Amino acid sequence: MNHILTIIDKEWAEVFKNKMVLFTMIFLPLTFTALPLVMLFITNQAMGDITSTSMADVPVEFLAVCGSNMTGGECMQIYIINQFLLLFMMVPVIIPVTIAAYSIVGEKTTHSLEPLLATPLTTTELLAGKCLAAGLPAIIVGWISFGLFLLGLPILGVSRAVISYIISPTWLLAILIGGPLMAVASVNFAIYISSRVSDPRVAEQISALLIVPILGLMFAQIAGVIVVNVIVMLSFIGGMILFDIGMIYLGATIFQRETILTRWK
Amino acid sequence: MAGEPVYYKEVTMIETENLTKVFKIKKGEDIPAVVGLTLSVTEGEVFGFLGPNGAGKTTTVRMLTSLIGATSGSARVNGFVVGEEDQEIRRSVGILTESPGLYERLSASKNLEIYANLYDVDDVDKQVGKYLQMLGLWSRRDDLVGSFSKGMRQKLSIARSLLHEPRLLFLDEPTSNLDPESARLVRLFIEDLRSQGRTIFMCTHNLNEADQLCDRIGIIRTQLITVDTPTNLRRKIFGRKVVFHLREINPGWSSLISSLAGVQEVECVDQKLVVALEDPEMTNPQIIRILVEGGADVQFVGELRHPLEDIYLQTMREPERKAENL
Repeated sequence: MNHILTIIDKEWAEVFKNKMVLFTMIFLPLTFTALPLVMLFITNQAMGDITSTSMADVPVEFLAVCGSNMTGGECMQIYIINQFLLLFMMVPVIIPVTIAAYSIVGEKTTHSLEPLLATPLTTTELLAGKCLAAGLPAIIVGWISFGLFLLGLPILGVSRAVISYIISPTWLLAILIGGPLMAVASVNFAIYISSRVSDPRVAEQISALLIVPILGLMFAQIAGVIVVNVIVMLSFIGGMILFDIGMIYLGATIFQRETILTRWK
Repeated sequence: MAGEPVYYKEVTMIETENLTKVFKIKKGEDIPAVVGLTLSVTEGEVFGFLGPNGAGKTTTVRMLTSLIGATSGSARVNGFVVGEEDQEIRRSVGILTESPGLYERLSASKNLEIYANLYDVDDVDKQVGKYLQMLGLWSRRDDLVGSFSKGMRQKLSIARSLLHEPRLLFLDEPTSNLDPESARLVRLFIEDLRSQGRTIFMCTHNLNEADQLCDRIGIIRTQLITVDTPTNLRRKIFGRKVVFHLREINPGWSSLISSLAGVQEVECVDQKLVVALEDPEMTNPQIIRILVEGGADVQFVGELRHPLEDIYLQTMREPERKAENL
C-alpha cells in the first residue's frame, strides 16, 4: 500500500505543479455544471409558469419517466436535464484521460521509467498508483460538480418535483457509481494505450476516442432510442463492473516491463 | 579468540553463466545483444565493463538488475537468481541508469523521498538528508531538479541509487556528459563507495576512469572478449617493458643487454633504451649494472605503462584480425 501511495503522491506532486492541468481540471467541470443550470434558467424564463405547460409538448417516451404528478413544463425540464446526465458522467471520464495517457509513455520519454522499474515496485502497484492518481481527482471533481449543480437548482427556482427527480436513484446511481466506474475504465484504457505507444501525443489521441461511445449514448438518448431509468442504469453499472475487471486484468497482463523499456516502435 | 587466524570467505556478488539476450525485432529477425556471458564479480570489487556503443553493456546491466529477462543462460545477483527472485534483486541492488531520469518538476529532496519510500527505507528523512549532504546538494534540496546542472543531476541520481544502502551498485556511464570537475567529483565519490566495501559494476566509455577506479575490467562486444586486471591485460597484450633514460646512448649496450636471460627485446629510442622483459624485478638490477659498468649515466628508470586505451583498441581489433587470418 505504501508503494501505491508513493506513486499517487508523486503523480499528484508532478501534475498539480502544472497550473494549466489544474485549470482544465476545474474549467471543464464548471462548464458542465453551468450548462444545465443555464438551460434550466432559460426554460424557466421562456415558459414563464412551467406548471401551466401542456403534457402534449413532451416526447412520448418521457411521459412514463415523469409520472402523473408533474406538469408538462416540469416534464420538459426533466427531458432537457436528462440529456445532461451523461455530461456529468463524462466529467470523470474526460478529465483523467490526458493524465493517464501520459503516465507511462511520459515516464518513458523522460527516462524516469527505468529507475522506477528498477525499484521493488510491482507492476500491480505501479498500475494501481497511476490509475488512482489519475482517476480519484476526476471522480471527486465530478461529485463536486454535481453538488454545485444541486445547490444551483433551488437558487434558479427549479420546482421541487424536478429537484426530486434529479436526486432520484437513477441520477444518484449514475453520478456516484456509474461515473466512477466509467472513470476506472477510461483511466485503465488510457494507461494501457500509454504503455503500448512511444509518443505521448499518440497516447492522448487514441485515448480521446473513449469519448465516442459516451457521445453515442448521449445521441441515442436525445433521439429517444434509449431512456435512462433505474433499470437501464443498473444494467449499465453491472456491465461497467465487468468491463472494468476485464480492463484491469488486461492492463496488468499486457504490461510488459521489458517491451516498454526496450522497444521504441 | 586472540591468536586464531581469521578466514575471510570470498563472496560472489554477481555470477553469470552463458547469459544471452536476443531481441526479437520482427518475425524471424533476431538481434543478439549479449551472447554467452560468463563472469563473476566478488564482494568489494569495482568491475569495469567496457565496450563500444551497442556492445551489450546496458543490456547486461538491465538483465542483472531484473529489468529485462535473459533469453538463455543463468545469473545470480547478490545470491538471488535472476528471473526467479527479481523482487529480492531489485530490493538489494542500486542502479544508476544511463540517463538520470529524475522528476524535473519536483525538488531534489522530493525526488529522493519518493525513491526512499519505494525502497522501503525506514528513516526516509534521515537517509535523504544524509545523501544530500554527502553529495553537496543540501543547500539546493528544495530547488526544482529542472534547474540543476548535469553534474548536480548525476550526483542526485547517484544519491537515489544509494538510499537503501545497497551492497551492490550498478553504474551505467556515471561520468558521461559531465564537465571535468563534476566528473572528478563523481569519481572521488565512487572511490569513497569502494572504500566502504561496496561492490560496483560500472559500464563506461571513459578508459582513464576505468583504469583509475576498476580492480578488473571486462571488454565486451556482444560476447565477452576478455576479463582481467588492467595490469594483467597490459602484460598480456604488450608484455612488460622498462625504459632506461640515459644521458648518452651507446649502441653496444643494446647487444649486451639482449644477451641477458629474460630479455625479450631491446629498442633504442632517442636517449632511451626500451627493454621488454619477462621479469623486470629480476633483470633490472643486472641491466643497470651493465649500463653503469659500461659508463652510462642512468638518469632514471621506469616501467612503460600503456594507456588503457591502447589495451582496449588492441583487444577490440583482435577478433577482426583473427577473422582476417582465417
